[in-house]
Amino acid sequence: MIRVIDLHKSFGKLEVLKGIHCRIVPREVVCVIGPSGSGKSTLLRCVNQLEHANKGQIFIDGEEITSPKTDINKIRQQVGMVFQLFNLFPHKTTLENITLAPTRIKGVSREEADRVAKELLRKVGLTDKNDVYPSQLSGGQKQRVAIARALAMRPKVMLFDEPTSALDPEMVGEVLEVMKDLAHEGMTMMVVTHEMGFAREVGHRVLFIDEGIIMEEGTPAQIFDNPQNARTKSFLSKVI
Amino acid sequence: MSLESILAINGLQVVISHFPYLLEGAALTLKITVLSVLFGMVLGLIAGLFKLSKNRILYFVATAYIDFFRGTPLFVQILLLYFGVLPFIIKTDSPFVAAVIACSLNCGAYTAEIVRAGIQAVDRGQMEAARSLGMNTRQAMTHVILPQAYKIVIPPLLNEFIAVLKDTSLVAVISAEELTMRGKLLYSTYFEAAWIWGTVAIMYFMMTKLLAILGDFIERRMATE
Repeated sequence: MIRVIDLHKSFGKLEVLKGIHCRIVPREVVCVIGPSGSGKSTLLRCVNQLEHANKGQIFIDGEEITSPKTDINKIRQQVGMVFQLFNLFPHKTTLENITLAPTRIKGVSREEADRVAKELLRKVGLTDKNDVYPSQLSGGQKQRVAIARALAMRPKVMLFDEPTSALDPEMVGEVLEVMKDLAHEGMTMMVVTHEMGFAREVGHRVLFIDEGIIMEEGTPAQIFDNPQNARTKSFLSKVI
Repeated sequence: MSLESILAINGLQVVISHFPYLLEGAALTLKITVLSVLFGMVLGLIAGLFKLSKNRILYFVATAYIDFFRGTPLFVQILLLYFGVLPFIIKTDSPFVAAVIACSLNCGAYTAEIVRAGIQAVDRGQMEAARSLGMNTRQAMTHVILPQAYKIVIPPLLNEFIAVLKDTSLVAVISAEELTMRGKLLYSTYFEAAWIWGTVAIMYFMMTKLLAILGDFIERRMATE
């Protein structure tokens, strides 16, 4: 589904990614963990080309998205992204946030888009917030709307960039719950997270990134219970 | 002082009897202002977007335009356009046309910077969210960025319109008979400086105040939306 080959990315003189190789198969949930500044978010942002890599290739469904010939807008329609700070459109209601892209880009009819949006809102547990503006929602509700907005484009993959890091502790659970449901439905997911409990319970595979490379990867059991790399051990001892 | 003795004041008589004459001048002032603001907004939107463009040529054109019209006095721009440029390129010697063109170009340059600042004030995450859904830059601009930017630019834009209204007084130098020019003509006949210029000042003040009230109204309506 996703293949990353020898990915390098620098911001000015700072080299953030130093040759990342990874592969995600359909229906797989991959959690990316690591210290802050290690390059986890940058990797995720490269996968939908919000950042452009300096070197290396990324393939999604066999198509090379790092090639300049690729229509990136087409690719992004199939790759949903959820941001740490939600990034809902503040001038649009909940429903309009979700229907904007399907109606404007995909040419879906208003009625059909509304129907799908209401269905998605029900799915993320928000039934009475259709005509509410984002400023009237709590953080957890905002993030659930953002997930619904991404799902409305019917993506093949969902990318999550620290989706619970900006939330009050009591709202983390409701967002993780929605993500868990998605995973159980078979959505392919790449999740950058600090929620080790989520990674252990829901993730099929865990990537530990530090200093711009994948230091260690394996099943949650391997990584959390029996880490091999000294850096993985030291990181986990600090966060768990 | 009795009413008769007040009405006997020479300056007051001049101002009252020539009030329609000044009013016509004010009408022309408003006409130049409205047209300049309309053209200026279009120019400013285009130049502001060009200035944010990754295309080097568009960026250069917009920057040169903005720098020139912000970096030289409007007074000089009016003289240059009226005497030095327009007669040769569009064969006109109409002070009105020159006044509108000069004020539009000047207003456009300031508006461009307001537009640019307004767009940049919209959170970067908004563009990223729009792009991540598959919108191209143009779609993201029209549906996500500009609707948010325009709320930000309304107050500075109204400021700019008030400035344009006052700046139109400079076109008196090319004898466009707007309010200031009419005041000057009246003064050179009657020499009642305090009465004539006082009246002109009050008329300008009432027009700018009206604009400001209109602005407050628009801002309040947008805030409740």
